[in-house]
Amino acid sequence: MATEVVTNGSGGPDARSVFGPPRRRLGEKAIAVVLFCAAVTSVVITVGIVASLAGETITFFADKAVTVGGFFTSSEWSPLFSDPQFGIRPLVQATLIISAIALLVAIPLGIGTAAFLSEYASPRVRAAIKPTLELLAGVPTVVFGYFALTYFTPTVLNGLLGLDVAVFNGLAGGLIVGILIVPTIASVAQDAMTAVPQSLREGAYGLGASRRQVTVRVVIPAALSGVTAGIVLGASRAVGETMVVLIAAGQLPTTSLDPRSPMETMTAFIGATGKGDVPTGSTGYKAIFAVGFALFVMTLILNTISIRFVRRYRQVYE
Amino acid sequence: MTTASARPARDVLGKPSSSHRLRDRLFVIMLALLTSVALIVLAVLLINTASDGVPEISWSFLTSFPSAFPAKAGIESAITGTLWLMGVVTFVIVPLGVASALYLEEYADSSRWWNRVIEVNIQNLAAVPSIVYGILGLAYIVRGPLSLGRTVLAGGLTLSLVVLPVVIITAREALRAVPPSIKEGALALGATRWQAIWRQILPASIPGIATGVILSIARAIGETAPLILVGAATFVAFNPTGLNSAFTALPLQIFSWVSQPSDQFRLLAAAAIIVLLVILVALNAVAIWLRNRYQQRW
Repeated sequence: MATEVVTNGSGGPDARSVFGPPRRRLGEKAIAVVLFCAAVTSVVITVGIVASLAGETITFFADKAVTVGGFFTSSEWSPLFSDPQFGIRPLVQATLIISAIALLVAIPLGIGTAAFLSEYASPRVRAAIKPTLELLAGVPTVVFGYFALTYFTPTVLNGLLGLDVAVFNGLAGGLIVGILIVPTIASVAQDAMTAVPQSLREGAYGLGASRRQVTVRVVIPAALSGVTAGIVLGASRAVGETMVVLIAAGQLPTTSLDPRSPMETMTAFIGATGKGDVPTGSTGYKAIFAVGFALFVMTLILNTISIRFVRRYRQVYE
Repeated sequence: MTTASARPARDVLGKPSSSHRLRDRLFVIMLALLTSVALIVLAVLLINTASDGVPEISWSFLTSFPSAFPAKAGIESAITGTLWLMGVVTFVIVPLGVASALYLEEYADSSRWWNRVIEVNIQNLAAVPSIVYGILGLAYIVRGPLSLGRTVLAGGLTLSLVVLPVVIITAREALRAVPPSIKEGALALGATRWQAIWRQILPASIPGIATGVILSIARAIGETAPLILVGAATFVAFNPTGLNSAFTALPLQIFSWVSQPSDQFRLLAAAAIIVLLVILVALNAVAIWLRNRYQQRW
């Protein structure tokens, strides 16, 4: 170690003058370059995603069966028929309906869970609930799909609630996706609520506010940007969720707005078409990429918004 | 604002009104109920799956290959496929994830635009839907530039891409948890930057990094959507023989059985789910044990 004192990069000019000129260490430089290359891989992955999606999407639109106008305006999606139609609206609509149902469930549950854990739960209760939520977040989504199809639809929706839904239906998909994203929303929102300075709470208590008033009128408003970030991130997960909707919501592209009937989301189309043997180069194969590109853009916008909001609350309180 | 501050002021002077206290109590109950909904669904899911699947689990179920006859079908090839995938994922994400995290924590000057791009990029990648990685895998790994075909290696690489951002993020947190004084002490004694990292920072952060890696592997082997696109074959009646072998995996097998209209196959799906969940719980238990056993408080 003693000889290496000389080579200490951060020793500064003084150290150098004491010990003589530093040896150049090529190894140190090489390591930095290797680590940099590893970090750049993630950028390469992004470039790969965009390039692979965009490349086939361009050839998709170059196909004579496809028109750009029809893609965005036509209300029929039947890429594997002999007379294929490529209007993405039924897929986008199903994605939005199911995500809306999911958020309707997950926003109150997520914020309620976050407020309970951050403001009310004793450390022991918190220590019991948080790992359970992590367990929920760790259950593979194919398991939730199985649950939605074999239990939730027949036993809860049809049996308990008597809703008369189809075997495959958007409602079960949406509700279960909602449960799935509760841990996402709760975790981000709870971080934001915990980050609210204690002095704000104490100020409100000093004015005579009750715990409920502190929670509702001080903590949640003060943590609003973090709570929003969690909701937007949850929305992004709901839009991108595949297995639950593929298994439980069906594979029927439709413009029907009735969530009790089967519907096909963008992700379900990609999964259903990708598992079959669609020949490379066929228009159906390229359609996977076009829909994937639309999906990627939607989630990218949501993720960017979410990251913005997180940064905002970090700047305010940390 | 005036009403908000006027009402509590009354409370300070007198006893809080009973309607006020009632509302406070109702509010707590409401929050507790909201919190419990997701947990109850999880409990129902686990109980329901267990009651369907446990009777189906037998030694022959674990050691048979998929079959068109439910009574003969098993998950041996799915289990071995999943183990192979775990191996590939571990092999890829540990060096790549740790190296990226080291660069971002120890080397990157965040005032440079390219370092900020890398950082924002990783945050974004972490939230890209996994099926999009499946499309990438299909186009560039199975076909296209790498052309690996529908093999163990292609599946493992695709799953590695899915979880890499999470590995990097957790490894960075583990590195950040090592107090700067450790590194400064090493540097003051004459260590080079890499010596300080290799002999001080990395050893101190290994429990945190290992926890993140194990949890990422757990996530990877539960992923189904990307494998649907790159794996495709669900009827694989042999164990993978190497990286270039065709394969199936537990989540794929579950999906394939769930998609069958026959109830008998759905019971098999439940049994396979239980096996998958047992593997996941075991991985999580190891992660928690590591965290509790080795994590230092500075």
